[in-house]
Amino acid sequence: MAEPRPVLEMTGIVKEFAGIRALSDVDFRLFPGEIHALLGENGAGKSTLIKVLTGVHPLDGGTVVLDGRPVRITSPLQAQQAGIRTVYQEVNLCQNLSVAENILIGREPVRAGRIRWKELRRQAAQLVTRFGLDLDVSAPVGSYPLAVQQLVAIIRAVGSGVAGDGGAGSGTRVLILDEPTSSLDRDEVEELFALMRRLREEGVAIVFVSHFLDQIYEVCDRMTVLRNGALVGEHLVADLGRVNLVKLMIGKDLDELEELSEHHGQSQAGETVVKAEGLSRAGAIAPFDLEVRTGEVLGLAGLLGSGRTELARLLFGADTSDSGRVYFEGQQAALREPNDAIGRGVAFLSENRRTEGLVPDLTVRENIILALQAARGWTRPVPASQRDELVAKYIAALDIRPADPEAKTGSLSGGNQQKVLLARWLLTRPKLLILDEPTRGIDVGAKAEIQKLVVSLSEEGVAVVYISAELEEVLRLSHTMGVLRDRRLVARMANGPDVTAGRVLEIIASGEHQ
Amino acid sequence: MSVLDGIRTGGGRVRLLQDRRLPVLVTAGLFLVMFGFGAFRYQSYGFLDGQVFMNLFIDNGYLLAAAVGATFVILTGGIDLSVGSVIGFTTMLTAWLVEKQGLPFLLVAPIALGVGAFGGYLMGYVIHHFEIEPFIVTLAGLFFFRGLCLVISKESISITDPTVNRLAQTHVPLPGGSFLSIAAVVSLAVLALAYYVLHYTRFGRRVYAIGGNEQSALLMGLPVAGTKIAVYTVSGFCSALSGLLFTLYIQSGDPLHAVGLELDAIAAVVVGGTLLTGGSGYVIGTLFGVLVLGLIKTLIQFEGTLSSWWTKIATGVLLFAFILIQRTMTARRRT
Repeated sequence: MAEPRPVLEMTGIVKEFAGIRALSDVDFRLFPGEIHALLGENGAGKSTLIKVLTGVHPLDGGTVVLDGRPVRITSPLQAQQAGIRTVYQEVNLCQNLSVAENILIGREPVRAGRIRWKELRRQAAQLVTRFGLDLDVSAPVGSYPLAVQQLVAIIRAVGSGVAGDGGAGSGTRVLILDEPTSSLDRDEVEELFALMRRLREEGVAIVFVSHFLDQIYEVCDRMTVLRNGALVGEHLVADLGRVNLVKLMIGKDLDELEELSEHHGQSQAGETVVKAEGLSRAGAIAPFDLEVRTGEVLGLAGLLGSGRTELARLLFGADTSDSGRVYFEGQQAALREPNDAIGRGVAFLSENRRTEGLVPDLTVRENIILALQAARGWTRPVPASQRDELVAKYIAALDIRPADPEAKTGSLSGGNQQKVLLARWLLTRPKLLILDEPTRGIDVGAKAEIQKLVVSLSEEGVAVVYISAELEEVLRLSHTMGVLRDRRLVARMANGPDVTAGRVLEIIASGEHQ
Repeated sequence: MSVLDGIRTGGGRVRLLQDRRLPVLVTAGLFLVMFGFGAFRYQSYGFLDGQVFMNLFIDNGYLLAAAVGATFVILTGGIDLSVGSVIGFTTMLTAWLVEKQGLPFLLVAPIALGVGAFGGYLMGYVIHHFEIEPFIVTLAGLFFFRGLCLVISKESISITDPTVNRLAQTHVPLPGGSFLSIAAVVSLAVLALAYYVLHYTRFGRRVYAIGGNEQSALLMGLPVAGTKIAVYTVSGFCSALSGLLFTLYIQSGDPLHAVGLELDAIAAVVVGGTLLTGGSGYVIGTLFGVLVLGLIKTLIQFEGTLSSWWTKIATGVLLFAFILIQRTMTARRRT
């Protein structure tokens, strides 16, 4: 057989959410006995594709052919019955139920409608042992660590209806593993891979979604790359190198990036504003060290989902850290909530300006004054004359259009909304300004203005952490670069002529550089 | 060796604190302590007479039936505020059909149960398919059924039907000379049935699964929609049954019967150790919750000098204490 028949063929898949295309004309095929990586940045459409396949979201267009027969899958239950089993990114188990119930719920052994508990535990124990685990199946699943829960979810997914027949994965045609390794340590990943290889030998087609490129290259046979909801290509893993893969995912040619990069080498190293030592949060970002001085712009580069935002949120106290310390101007600080950071002169421009920052129904003036008022406390209103003066000053300084303090903020363009947010934070005279994707989704002119603002702020001595998916932007603005990969800060270096887009891309792709 | 023992007992203690049965044991223990207190204080007033204990079931049978239904709903993480109104409506419907329409009670009872179950089904359907908070939907149910009471009659209808009187007055004798009412026996049967359904049927386990994590339950391929709707149907059925038991207890229909009883039912469920967030709890706990609430009433009656409003105060304090306990327990579990 030159070309074995695919077990699954999805053709021309379209999915829209409220008029926005999440998937447009995506093809995806899967052969029996292969591990197939589904790749793309966050938001590329991987999860949507999986949810369409498993019946969580209805299909808006395209066809699905399973074992040569067209099928229409409308519910997770139906997908399961068709032999498509899924382990989702978040461990989808019921923490309040026992391991045994979680494995077998919905297909418990019953006699005359009565659950046979002993038999249920026996079957579950048998499955657990077959997968090489040693668990007390009557203990609540919540009492086991996340990694074990992940394996329990896999056992549930591939464990067949009746224990005792065939191999470990009988009945399973397609197994989808959506980011199964993000909560596992190295040994546990090995165990999972061993299991995946065993299932592959039994002829199961496995879809493997992971941010970890190392793992893709270790275990996968073939890959499909998505970008912005569209198919970029299907390749054999052996045929496509890492740098080329990252380029496919980001969608930019290396030469194009090289051209754009400009350097901004001189770092007028001032005093340390913020210093982090071994700061981390489980599942969000591995321990990192970081230092930003007055007047320094620290650029953070990395793929979406590499932990850039998570790092910033720790510095701002929006999430609490599990370990490590933060110092502001030499003093250790306990950041329990954003207010602790705001009080120390930190400002944070969230990447989701619409949901996490602006109040669209308030006027420009009200939005600008919000943080200053919060810093003063609600009992001491900002005097009207001072308020109007400040607002007018910042509208002029940032060139917010329309220059009308009474305009509803929601009616402004994206770039101007961003400036309103920036004005709000600048009013509090921050010592450290964290900008998370400040130029995303705004037009080129506004982008340039915001970049200019960052430069002038740093010249005034404000320390800036600048996060952007656009490598050229980070390269142009930063004095220092931090590169993130797989939720780890893998490299820190001073920006200079030798730091090029190509080099940063290589770090993102390989991570050998420390 | 001794160090190991220490670790083991330490682990045991943690396991005890995390054990989902603990709240039920606490409530059962509280009941025993309260009962012991009553026995000690009112010994000379005959508190230890077996009938005092049996009266707890007789006087609270209707509450037990309603609380069992509420337990199903709360186990899924939902809430049913329509309970009291459905009870009130059932008393009115029953009294009207029996007294004004002359239908036999044994025909009226299944009609009333069917109406209650159907009302619950409709609310469940709206909650699930329109994705509306159960709080709001069942609040609408609360107003709707209370309003329907007044459509039937603005005044109370007393029941003189001989079948109802006979059923109400029948004593089910127990060894030791005490007795239970038919209503109490029915409510205990409902409790036993609910226990069986929750622990020995697939439907029961789905109720727990949905309460544990609805999204997970859905992705595990469980029929979440059907189960959720069924749970509100069960609650509607239990409310109607509670209404029938209440009719037997009071022997009248009144548009203002059982106002606010849903809150007593919810309080009993919570005091019985079921988490309002769903997924954790036992219907046996609900029995102890009902008994504790009933015992508070009994103790205050025995005290004689206290206004009956102290029942509400004691219930409030107890509920508050139990919610705090739940909170610390779930917080511990999470870490």
